[in-house]
Amino acid sequence: MKTTLSWLREYVELPADLTADQLDSALTNLGMEVESIVDQSATIKGDLVVGRVLTIEELTGFKKPIRFTTVDVGRDAPQEIVCGARNFAEGDLVVVILPGGELPGGFKIGARKTYGRNSNGMICSAAELGLSGDHSGIIVLPAGSAAPGTDARGAVGLDDVVVEVEITPDRGYEMSLRGLARELSYAFSAAYTDPAAIDFAAATSASPFPVTVEDTVGCDRFSARVVRGIDPSAQSPDWMQKRLVAAGIRAISLPVDITNYLMLELGQPMHVFDLNRLNGGLVVRRARAGEKLTTLDGVARVLDAEDMVICDDTGPISLAAVMGGETSEWQPDTVDVLLEAAHWDPVMVGRTARRHKLFSEAAKRWERGVDPQLTLVALERAVQILTSQAGGTVDDAVLDIDHVVAPSTIAVDADLPAQRIGLAYSSSDVVKLLSQVGCQVRESVPLEVTPPSWRPDLLTPIDLVEEVARLGGYNDIPSILPPARGGSGITPAQRRRRTVGRALAENGYVEVLSYPFVAPSAADQLGYPADDPRRSAVRLTNPLSEQEPLLRTSLLPTLLATLKRNLGRGHRDLAIFETGLVFLPTLAVTAPPAMGVDRKPTDEEWKAANAIVPHQPWHLAAAVTGDIAPAGWWGAGREATWADAIEAARVALSAAGITAGRVTVAAAELAPWHPGRCAAISVDGEVVGHAGELHPAVVSALELPKRTSVMELDLDAVPAAPVTQAKKISSFPPALIDVALVVDAGTPAAAVSSVLEQGAGELLESVALFDLYESDQLGEGKKSLAYKLTFRAPDRTLTSEETLAARDAAVAAAASRFGATLRGA
Amino acid sequence: MSYRNDPYDPKQAALLDPAALEAAVDEARQAFDAAGDLDALAALKPLHLGDRSPVSLARREIGSLPPAAKSDAGKRVNLARQSVQGAYDSRQAELELDRAAKVLVQERVDVTLPWDRAPRGARHPLTTLMEHMGDLFAGMGYDIVEGPELELEWANFDALNIGPDNPVRGAMDTFYVDLPGLVMRTHTSPGQVRSMITKQPPIYVVSPGRAYRSDELDATHSPVFHQIEGLVVDEGITMAHLRGTLDHFAKAMFGASARTRWRPHYFPFTEPSAEFDVWFEQHRDGPRWVEWGGCGMVNPRVLTACGIDPDRYSGFAFGMGVERTLMFRNGVSDMRDMVEGDIRFTTNFGMEV
Repeated sequence: MKTTLSWLREYVELPADLTADQLDSALTNLGMEVESIVDQSATIKGDLVVGRVLTIEELTGFKKPIRFTTVDVGRDAPQEIVCGARNFAEGDLVVVILPGGELPGGFKIGARKTYGRNSNGMICSAAELGLSGDHSGIIVLPAGSAAPGTDARGAVGLDDVVVEVEITPDRGYEMSLRGLARELSYAFSAAYTDPAAIDFAAATSASPFPVTVEDTVGCDRFSARVVRGIDPSAQSPDWMQKRLVAAGIRAISLPVDITNYLMLELGQPMHVFDLNRLNGGLVVRRARAGEKLTTLDGVARVLDAEDMVICDDTGPISLAAVMGGETSEWQPDTVDVLLEAAHWDPVMVGRTARRHKLFSEAAKRWERGVDPQLTLVALERAVQILTSQAGGTVDDAVLDIDHVVAPSTIAVDADLPAQRIGLAYSSSDVVKLLSQVGCQVRESVPLEVTPPSWRPDLLTPIDLVEEVARLGGYNDIPSILPPARGGSGITPAQRRRRTVGRALAENGYVEVLSYPFVAPSAADQLGYPADDPRRSAVRLTNPLSEQEPLLRTSLLPTLLATLKRNLGRGHRDLAIFETGLVFLPTLAVTAPPAMGVDRKPTDEEWKAANAIVPHQPWHLAAAVTGDIAPAGWWGAGREATWADAIEAARVALSAAGITAGRVTVAAAELAPWHPGRCAAISVDGEVVGHAGELHPAVVSALELPKRTSVMELDLDAVPAAPVTQAKKISSFPPALIDVALVVDAGTPAAAVSSVLEQGAGELLESVALFDLYESDQLGEGKKSLAYKLTFRAPDRTLTSEETLAARDAAVAAAASRFGATLRGA
Repeated sequence: MSYRNDPYDPKQAALLDPAALEAAVDEARQAFDAAGDLDALAALKPLHLGDRSPVSLARREIGSLPPAAKSDAGKRVNLARQSVQGAYDSRQAELELDRAAKVLVQERVDVTLPWDRAPRGARHPLTTLMEHMGDLFAGMGYDIVEGPELELEWANFDALNIGPDNPVRGAMDTFYVDLPGLVMRTHTSPGQVRSMITKQPPIYVVSPGRAYRSDELDATHSPVFHQIEGLVVDEGITMAHLRGTLDHFAKAMFGASARTRWRPHYFPFTEPSAEFDVWFEQHRDGPRWVEWGGCGMVNPRVLTACGIDPDRYSGFAFGMGVERTLMFRNGVSDMRDMVEGDIRFTTNFGMEV
């Protein structure tokens, strides 16, 4: 909503010295968002005054005729000014900017010597003041219109302030001068004149034109008047055009401009029909599905059965409340008009506007609520302005088909505002504030409040509480911290995500947060088999990018895209991770049960509704490429490998409170991993994710550096951290024994460790692989695994016999399980 | 032992002469002091303290003295020997200290050398900031609730009094999916709906998390963004409690001088509703009011839809953008830096924000 301060002042007696800041803060505290307040007079700085030309001396000998003038600018001595224009005479009133002033565009005015004379200021043209492009001469004001020395801004129309505010969707009444002025009257405790409080012609039994309203739900009021014989060439007066232009509305023709003007003034959208282009009487009804109408914007529209239309014998001629049609519209030769002011169902208008994507100024007002008691007022104003500007004869008949239901009375406890707001409004405060917004208040117990016709948003007690709080002033509300209630702290799952995130960060990984949108081609790039469940993804119907309409089923596509972006920016050594949701659609595609809002869904409804919500587990993924340990003065760096990805998974699980003994790492084959370098990561035997090096084909498809390695875990599948039991710490010395075992090259080291552990018995404290060796000397297809075994007893120092016996048992277990032999034995 | 009959021979006992002993001590002390290192000192030891050293030889001569003189001479020799030993020990201690000092000098290193052999990573500041905010409320007795990001339309809109015909619903820039009744949540409020549906008051929850709106990414908008919203439903909750909570939150986030300023606004799920600014003294462009979020008293219709008696209970709700908070609190000037995942942006924050 955009308008001028001078127009507002017609209805509300704002302080004369109102500043932009005061206006801004008043509007803001009323609940409007101030887009801009532009003081047009401030576009020119310094003294811009009216001057009377006293003397003119023609200067000759220059390339062009120049005048040296003396001008009375209301000071002791006349001002000497050199001027190049010639369209004025001695005694004329002109506009002078004095030295120190500044014209639009930063043109500073000083006292200077020019053409051999002193020039103290400048006599201005309309172009120089930024008023128009007219540079043909200086402005000459009408004789006697102003006194020399007075500020000239008003005389040239540079004295207004343009205000633009955004109105919240619940306050349709503020989308008019009538409503804005009313609101400002509260803020400044200023007198308010309702522009709708005029005498108007009431409905007559005779109608000026036959009209039938078939659907009084969609249209609960339809009023109309007829004017014949207007001058089709009559133009909108300047004042109206100026106000329309300031509001950002183009001037079109007198009848149309009048309807737009009154929409701004009163908030009542109207429509003008050319009486002679109507065929037969008007019918207001729902459209029939599939009916066609070409609206004023030239778009042929197919109508929906919910749309309301105004029809004549030819069919729909107007998309009611939203936009008129081409055939019945005012034309340059229109002399007889039917002026219509109606009241439409806001829900219907909102749906029609959205359906046809037609958010006209009228539709915006209808959707937010229009006062239903304005139709005859607006018609009266329209008829008055139209006949005053274009003549014509007003038909005495006034049509008014009125099915408007009066606002309901709301019963509200006078202390409800205090209870909800926490500020002790007295009963009389409440009555005063509600009366101020136009409510009729009966001071009974409880109060009986009837909202005014322009406030369809006031329906329930809490709506009234809001008005009391708003007008009482939000910033007077005290600040009281409610007492703490027993909380349970963050949940185990939340704590786990934090710990895991911190652990990975401490291990060199940088967290990223990527969008979950992926391209369908990602599944191919990652080499998912045709029947891979990860191919089944939820699709956005209105994606930002048509290329990426799917919701991720794995974090890897978006994580790798982020990896690539970093590589593109010159990073070589990268270790990144992400924690986020993936979206796994359920197979059933049924709609959830219809659930109302007048009660809580039943348990069955809620369960059924949630059954269609896709599973969205928290996943954790990491990607690593380049050196994971940098080169430095200490020596070479170390390149990241499959093993780092697996270790990242182990670090995460350990941080999640899963002891190493519960984690199994086993060779696996799964896209997008390298089939020989992929590990399935399990906890208590259940697979929770995979880690390893990317398949070379994936690396190539995604144009990633070779050997890029990744891991992904389903964090929600990881069991909760248990309550860890303390371990008994022995104070006796350990016995250390190394064993090197020769096994088949294909034997997993983890399996050998685990068998050694089982075979060694209770005395074994730990087993650690410290060397891996392959050589022809060991034999074809063999490898040597060297382990350090640490033995310790809880209650004594072990003898070497005991230690050796335990070692032998361990080796024997490995021998029997894997055919392992002691190296060098 | 008796040497009573031994003839006294003064020449034989020349080494026991006090002057001679004193000279031997002096000589030893000078020699020790002249020793430049522990090896040289050790080499001098036999000469001055060994069997053939003057003090040792003098001790032997004591036997040649008349009994009456023995005691005196013995004391003299002992004193002399102690002096020599003392001189040796103190020189040895000196030299050991010297040697230790030299070792320390030799072992000097350049402690400014870098050792970032295992560089640390970093957590995303949005994650850290959400945790920081969540912890604050957890400390006040709130639970931190989450919910699905692909959410029931009913929980995202209808239950929050954003009916199908509410203009707000159309203006939410919602992402829709190919499944009926589901949307990408446009705010984290459906998490609160879930709290209200599954438990009765008192409810004190915050829901931090991701939300989606189909805005194009630019310097100040992102289609995927984070919010933290709070909800309290209890008996006797007023807008003053809301203000107290927000002021407390503001102080915890932005320092003791922070406070909030409210502007009336419209949200379907709260009434009365307000947008609020926070006074932020440490703003990089100087102290100022900064738009922070929206809040209000839970609309009774929302309570009804969630099965809470609006006559018995009242509540407040508030919400703010985490990106927006990070932008003004930490001077992030471009939204894109937060979403693109450039490690330089994140690494700058480390583990804290």
